[in-house]
Order: sequence, then structure tokens, then C-alpha cells
Amino acid sequence: MAPAAVPFRSVRFSAEHEQFRASVRAFVAREINPCVDEWEAAGVFPAHDLFARLGAAGFLGLEYDPGDGGQGADHGYTLVLGEELGGIDANGVAMAISVQTDMATPSLARFGTPALKARYLAPACRGEAVAAIAVTEPDAGSDVAGLRTRAVRDGDEWVLNGTKLYITNGTQADWLCLLARTSEEGGHRGMSQIVVPTDRPGVTVSRKLDKLGNRCSDTAELAFVDVRVPVANTIGEIGRGFQQQMAQFQNERMIACYIAWGQMHRALDRTAEHLKHRRAFGEPLIANQHLQYELASLAAEVEALRQVNHGCADSYLAGEDTTRLATVAKLLAGRLNRRVADTCLQFHGGLGYMEETWTARYLRDARLLGIGGGADEVMLRTLARLDGFTP
Amino acid sequence: MNVVVCVKQIPDPADPGALEEDHTLKRDGKLILDESDSYGVEMALQLADAAGGGDVTLVSMAPNNETSGLRTALAMGAAKAVLVSDDALSGAGALDTAKVLAAAIKRVEGADLILAATESSDGYTGTVPEQIAAVLDLPSVTFAKHVEVADGTVKVQRQTESGFDECEAPLPALVSVTAGVVEPRYPSFKGIMAAKSKPVDQVTVADLGLDPSAVGWAGAGQEIVDVSPAPERQAGEVIEDEGDAHQKIVEFLDGLKVL
Repeated sequence: MAPAAVPFRSVRFSAEHEQFRASVRAFVAREINPCVDEWEAAGVFPAHDLFARLGAAGFLGLEYDPGDGGQGADHGYTLVLGEELGGIDANGVAMAISVQTDMATPSLARFGTPALKARYLAPACRGEAVAAIAVTEPDAGSDVAGLRTRAVRDGDEWVLNGTKLYITNGTQADWLCLLARTSEEGGHRGMSQIVVPTDRPGVTVSRKLDKLGNRCSDTAELAFVDVRVPVANTIGEIGRGFQQQMAQFQNERMIACYIAWGQMHRALDRTAEHLKHRRAFGEPLIANQHLQYELASLAAEVEALRQVNHGCADSYLAGEDTTRLATVAKLLAGRLNRRVADTCLQFHGGLGYMEETWTARYLRDARLLGIGGGADEVMLRTLARLDGFTP
Repeated sequence: MNVVVCVKQIPDPADPGALEEDHTLKRDGKLILDESDSYGVEMALQLADAAGGGDVTLVSMAPNNETSGLRTALAMGAAKAVLVSDDALSGAGALDTAKVLAAAIKRVEGADLILAATESSDGYTGTVPEQIAAVLDLPSVTFAKHVEVADGTVKVQRQTESGFDECEAPLPALVSVTAGVVEPRYPSFKGIMAAKSKPVDQVTVADLGLDPSAVGWAGAGQEIVDVSPAPERQAGEVIEDEGDAHQKIVEFLDGLKVL
């Protein structure tokens, strides 16, 4: 049976939220966008340098306890941060920042011991340490239960062996929030989240991966051979890693959708601006009703996504389970970002196909959202189960 | 060391501006901190910090008791603000503004240094800082690209067309700083929340001991008779390449006498 409809709500931004938005927007305009072309060409961005500046501005660890190095803000500020990160000219940078803030650190903040948080979360909030989330493996992507990386206990240490794939920030990370098997139970059982410092003997970057898009973000394959990590580095309860990671995935999906809204909203604005100035057949292209209606149609869907995002954020603020709304948002955003990117490029014509125009990079970058952080098909599988569309 | 920073709250430059019937800029919506003033605020914070303490106080004049821009500067770290807001100030020119800000600065006890931007981003008169200094009978140094304070003296590198002058003035003094003198910090969440409870002293023209009937349009000694849009840029010349484009480009450049 389908769950009761979620009552419609939306985050109401205060003057302080708007001030924070202006602050993030200025940072993106001054500190990030002037550099992204260089970073894209280099295939990597300077994570430590950028994160230190983001940390100094207090943009990392927004919702975490000030005692753990966080800012003590509410989730509405994360929503604002995400929407404004959508203004970055390369998704690779937005993705890397959001890995630090909302993908690799929420579990540590929720379940980590004070000592573990002091050692790893606080430096991540200051931007002194770069974090990455290590879940996916060559044989376990969407099917997390299939992962094989194993941590075997030897006294007070885990001995870790395995491989992790498609790890964002993978070549620059100082520590990983890694999901490994810590018992023989199999399936969803017997996994644990472990903080793995990347300077431990046995941790190697096997490959820096070449990708279709998000080129300035370093993505790596990591190998672990007899890596020894203290059992005290376990996040939360031993054996509860899968459940903790599923909760962490909700944060990942939410921030990804907040960013995607910012990107799509901006892309439609920029495309409309182009059409106002580009003339064909004796008038500006924007006078063409087909183009107007296509943009309006996409704008309607982008607005619908924002309402789902805000409803999801509001639900999260109220302490409710956001699995369903985050899944809905992620499914919509992944599909919509592809169409928006494709349409914006199309409406720029030959110019849009040129690498010098923002539409080319956006098309490449946007393709990832329907795959990373839970593929569209995984979102459908989850939604079908939650809504009772299964035998 | 106590530093006063003159800051202007202006309509968001990202939004298209609109004019009132009297041809002045509409300022009835939300105003933001003029970006050119963020450099003065940052400079003040750094100087107070280097001196081992002291307050940074903001002084501003704006309609409708507007504080949005002040809150941004308070979120950066300024301690408090004086805001002059009075309907009588509608139509105020640069000199009136300087007189009002000078009177507001006098309310701040123990000000060692007054900082301002070289000019605002909406009015661009670029005269207010020097006028404030004249009204207060203080030395002033303009176009500072580097500022240091030591032993009761402010040392300034003053930007010129060919380089910079090294200037000194005894404190108290007024210094106008250029954009880029320092890198302004970004207001953090903690700074934004702290700014909510920082004091903003809201005063009227009469509170400052000035005559309301002598400021604004009455005191400006000017009226704006007409405003017309800047002429649109002329379209450039398009040269179709029929095998002789290079010759035409050479002729064009020759006509400009750049070859």
C-alpha cells in the first residue's frame, strides 16, 4: 500500500539564510569559477587549498556540532549551500565539496566516538583534511550488499583487504569512510563503516580514472592490501555499517539534488539570455514560440524538483525519515538534468557544441547524476518497494 | 585601536535599477553592502587585530532604517553600527552625506582611524571621504593600496597612475581604500548569527544635531533635470571573407592609425 501523502511544506528562508546564500555565492564567483577551466584541463583541482579556504569561511560541516568542529547550523543552510554550489562552472568541484560535507562525514558526525570525531571530523570541517566515501567496488555498485572488501580483526586492529572503485577525491583524500565486511554473515549483515587514513601502509591509488565528465574531480580506484587500522576507527556499531551507510546515502542524495536544482535553474537562465541576444530570421531567437515553450516546460519541471527538494529538507529538519522524498528527488533530478543539459546545448546550436561554451561541459557533467549516488534504476527499485508496486 | 568604517547600502547591482520620479535611484527595496566597502571593513578588522584589539564600528546612511547591508558587515566581524535614516535625507548630495556621516562618526567615542571606499558603486561621486575629513578637520589620504598603523601614525601606500606614493598622517585620520587592498572574508554562519545581536544605533538627522530642513533636496543645492539612457554601443563592422579579408582588416587598422 502506498504511504500516506507527505503534507506539503517548504523551507522558509530567513534573512540569515539569504545572507549565507550571498556569502556562498560570492565565494563561488571569486574563489572557484575563475579557476575551473584550469582545473578541468589539469584533470584535478587543488582539494587541500580550496577546502582550507572553504573551511576558513565556515562552509564545511555546517550542521555538525560546534564541539566537533561544525557550525551548528540547521539543514536549511545545507539546502542553501547546495543550491549555490550549483552555480559552480564545473560540477566536479561541487561534487567534491559535497563529498566532504554530506557524503563522507554524516555517519562519523552521527555515530563516531568523540575521539574519532576530534581526530577526523574536526580537521575535515576546517578543510585541513580531505575526506572520501569508499563504498563502490568492481563487483558491487548498485548492489551494495555484494561488496567483498573485508576487514578481519586482529587484536585491536582491523586488517583490511579489497578494492574500491570510482572514489571521488580518491587521489587526494586523507581519510576514507570505508564500508567493509567485518563478519561472515553475508548480504546486508556484518558490514562496518571504518575510517581509513590513506597514509597507512598498504593503501594505494591503483588508477586515476579517466571520465566522460566531471573532469576536474579526481576519481580513483583504490587498493587495500593488509592495511592495519585500529578497531577504534570503526564508526558506530560493528556490524551496523550497511544501515548507517543507507542513512548516509540519504544525505548524499539530498545535497546532489540541491546542487542539481541550482545548475538547472542557472542553465535555463543562461540559455534564455543567449536566445535574447542571438538573432535569426530577423528577430531574436527568444521570439520563437517553440523555444519559449520548451524552456517554460523545463522550468516547470525544475520548479517541481525544487519543491520536492524543499519538502525533503523540511522533512529532514523535522527529524523524519527522508528516504522516499530523497529517492523521488534523485530520480527526477537525474533524468531532468540530462534533458536540461541537452536542450540548453541544442538551443545554442553550433556554438553550444563548442568546448569554449559552458553547455559542452554541462552536458558531460550532467550525465552522471542518473548514475552516481544510486542509479535511476536503483531509485525506481526503491520507490517501487516503498510504494508497494512489488509482488 | 578603534576604527570607524563608512559603508553604503545600495540596491543589488545584479537587479536592473529603477528611478524615482525625481530621477534619483529607487532605494525602497532590499539594500546590500556595497562590495567596494567590504574592503574597508576587512582592512579595519585586520588593523584592529594587528593592534591587539579594539572595536570596528560601521557608520551608514540609508532610507527606511535599512540594515541588511550592515548585517553583512557585522557578520564579517564589525562590533556595532550607527545608522542614520531620515526621510529628510531624500535627495541628499555628496556634501550633505559627508556632513551627516561626519556627525555620526562623532558619536563613536575614541575613533583612531576612519576608513571609506574610494567611491560607491551606485553613485560614483568619489568625493564623500575627503569631504568627511574636511568637515571633521582630519588629515585624509586617498586611494590606499596598503595601510599600516604604528605609534599613532598611519602609513599608506597611495596608488597613483605610475606607481604609488608613500604617505604618513598622524591619527586620527581618514583613509580611503581601493578595491583589492585586502581580500574580504566571507561571512560565515556563525558570523551571521552573531551579527543578529550586535547593536545598531539608529538615529535621525535631528539626533545628530543637524537641521532637517537644511539637508536632502533642501540642502543639496541641485536638482536632476533630466536623465537619459547611455547611447547603445554601435554595431561593429563585419568583414565577409572573399579572399581579401586580410587586406580589409589592414585598411581598417590603418584607418585607426594603430599600424
